[in-house]
Amino acid sequence: MSATAQQFLRTAAAKSADLRHRAVIQTNMASYNVAVTRGKARFADWQNARRRAAQIKWETINHLDRYLEQFERNVIANGGRVHWAETSAEARNYILSLAHRHGVRKVVKSKSMTTEEIHLNDALEAAGIHAVETDLGEFICQLRHEPPYHIVTPVMHLTKADIARDFHEKLGAPLTDNAEELTRIARQKLRQEFLSADMGITGANFAVAETGMIAITENEGNARLTFSLPPIHVAIVGIEKLIPRVADLALLWPLLSTSGTGQPITAYSSLIGGPRRDNEPDGPAEFHVILLDNGRTRLLADAEQRDALHCIRCGACLNACPVYQNIGGHTYATTYPGPIGAVITPHLRNAAEWSHLPYASSLCGACTDVCPVRIDIHHHLLHNRRNAVQKRLDHPLQRLIFRSWLWAMQSPVRYRLAGKLGALACRLGVKPPRAFPAPANQSFKDWWKNNEPGT
Amino acid sequence: MRVGLFIPCFIDQLYPRVGIAMVTVLRRLNVAVEYPAAQTCCGQPAFNTGYWDEARTLAKRYAEIFAGYDAVVSPSGSCTAMVRNFYPELGVTPPPTFEFSEFLVRQLGVTDVGARFPAKVTYHDSCHTLRELRLKDEPRQLLRHVKGLELLEMDKAETCCGFGGTFSVKFPMISYAMDEVKCQSIAGTGAAYVVSADSSCLMQINGYLQKQKLPVKIISLAEVLAST
Repeated sequence: MSATAQQFLRTAAAKSADLRHRAVIQTNMASYNVAVTRGKARFADWQNARRRAAQIKWETINHLDRYLEQFERNVIANGGRVHWAETSAEARNYILSLAHRHGVRKVVKSKSMTTEEIHLNDALEAAGIHAVETDLGEFICQLRHEPPYHIVTPVMHLTKADIARDFHEKLGAPLTDNAEELTRIARQKLRQEFLSADMGITGANFAVAETGMIAITENEGNARLTFSLPPIHVAIVGIEKLIPRVADLALLWPLLSTSGTGQPITAYSSLIGGPRRDNEPDGPAEFHVILLDNGRTRLLADAEQRDALHCIRCGACLNACPVYQNIGGHTYATTYPGPIGAVITPHLRNAAEWSHLPYASSLCGACTDVCPVRIDIHHHLLHNRRNAVQKRLDHPLQRLIFRSWLWAMQSPVRYRLAGKLGALACRLGVKPPRAFPAPANQSFKDWWKNNEPGT
Repeated sequence: MRVGLFIPCFIDQLYPRVGIAMVTVLRRLNVAVEYPAAQTCCGQPAFNTGYWDEARTLAKRYAEIFAGYDAVVSPSGSCTAMVRNFYPELGVTPPPTFEFSEFLVRQLGVTDVGARFPAKVTYHDSCHTLRELRLKDEPRQLLRHVKGLELLEMDKAETCCGFGGTFSVKFPMISYAMDEVKCQSIAGTGAAYVVSADSSCLMQINGYLQKQKLPVKIISLAEVLAST
């Protein structure tokens, strides 16, 4: 078992028994569920919307080479620059050298899981560049020195009182559990940062091939300030974020916000198409897009699991997952936790270290039912497991058990004998695993012999 | 119509009464059933753990044993889902296999089996029955026709109980937490029994109920339907 897997087991066991955590998550999920149920009802046909969205993403991912090049051409035509980063390090180095060239001292960031994926903040801090998270949730994470708990709602595990305590202890703010007051404290702090930042870094929810624009979805207006106030805007975009047409946003924007938070559309939806032009009053002088691979093309090469790249990072599968609800987002120790994270992490990182995640699921299928782009998530987990066995990442003892088990199951005589041995062991005091009861005195097979029609 | 019985291995060994109850109901409805004695396991434990070659061997075995039957009936949504939904993934064409409530309601068109069970019960949707076989109303239709039975819905009827086969052995703490959440929802209804189409879920649920001495008993759908 990898060290990561051992750590996962330990943390998961502790978190599963943490009743306070469970209560907070259940309360937050309950309000999420109410909002999403209401949100889905606004669609004339939610199932049809999912099917159409899946088609759009299927079309994109299966012709990704074409759409990426089209996107690149259009970004350049709009006056922006495109950098292709094969690894995290390449993406980080591009940003660092860009920052170095422009003498950047302070960076403001809007919420971006891609920047989490490449561990950008650590790299910036190491280079002496101050990075400020401006999304309220991410701002709180940064104060607490912890990674986001969830890909959409980074501090889902905290209550207002928890946040008030952090603001009090770390910002010297007066204790209050008034949400508006807490927001005001963060805003005051962040406004100064926006005005003095030398670079703004964002992710992108979608990248539109036909126009070379990126689409950003947010609720706080902080992303708008991030990409319009500082003189340089860098967007880090996973290559799977491509969509063919602007018109696709008419479906994908409401689909994302409905699945993410239950909102019909988020408060701010922006399309950014390059740096400030001569006739424009504001915007950055430079616009850079980093197209990040970082293992995605490995997943793309796997025809069976390729559709996991359809993911629009709405977080619905995390919210629906009873495992996630009990062990929480941090336990996964991945950038992308929950069911979709368990599918893609063994591909994006390495299977030997991360193959425990696909097993950490009861395969209940709640994730698949809620996925707005119809990724067959829980069946993919089965594929991940099969891949792990094929790569011989399984425990030799487990392999031996299943080989022996197969040998017993191939013959009714051996099967029967195995049953009798089990019953005998129980009578001799061997405890069956977990909730398993001792075998019955008479099996169905034995009963049938005496109760067959005609006997 | 030639009808075969598939009694999954753990029902055969641990809960034979569930298989017997199913036979009782089918005989009461004058359905002649056969039980091919060579049957063992559908292969799901291996399949779910990633051992697809091992699972395929058992899938082929199942297909040979039940070749020639017009219908195979099983008192387990989970094993039925394995056969119907996952054998094709293994390249094996499954014989027409039905979960018990599905067979009664959809194949035989029966919703009243003449059962009597005077008690308050709540129904647990097992994940495979609900999300692999899409059976939500069928078991409930049958329960609603049982005389004296009062069906109380729990708030988390569709939430997984945390069994998940080898999942519960590999991750016992997570499995236990899920069981706890489930059982609190069950106990919240005030029902005397929790009913399900899957005995593996009931086994899991019973683990928590007994440990915490909660006043709820487990019973399979087949046993409720066999009661008179």
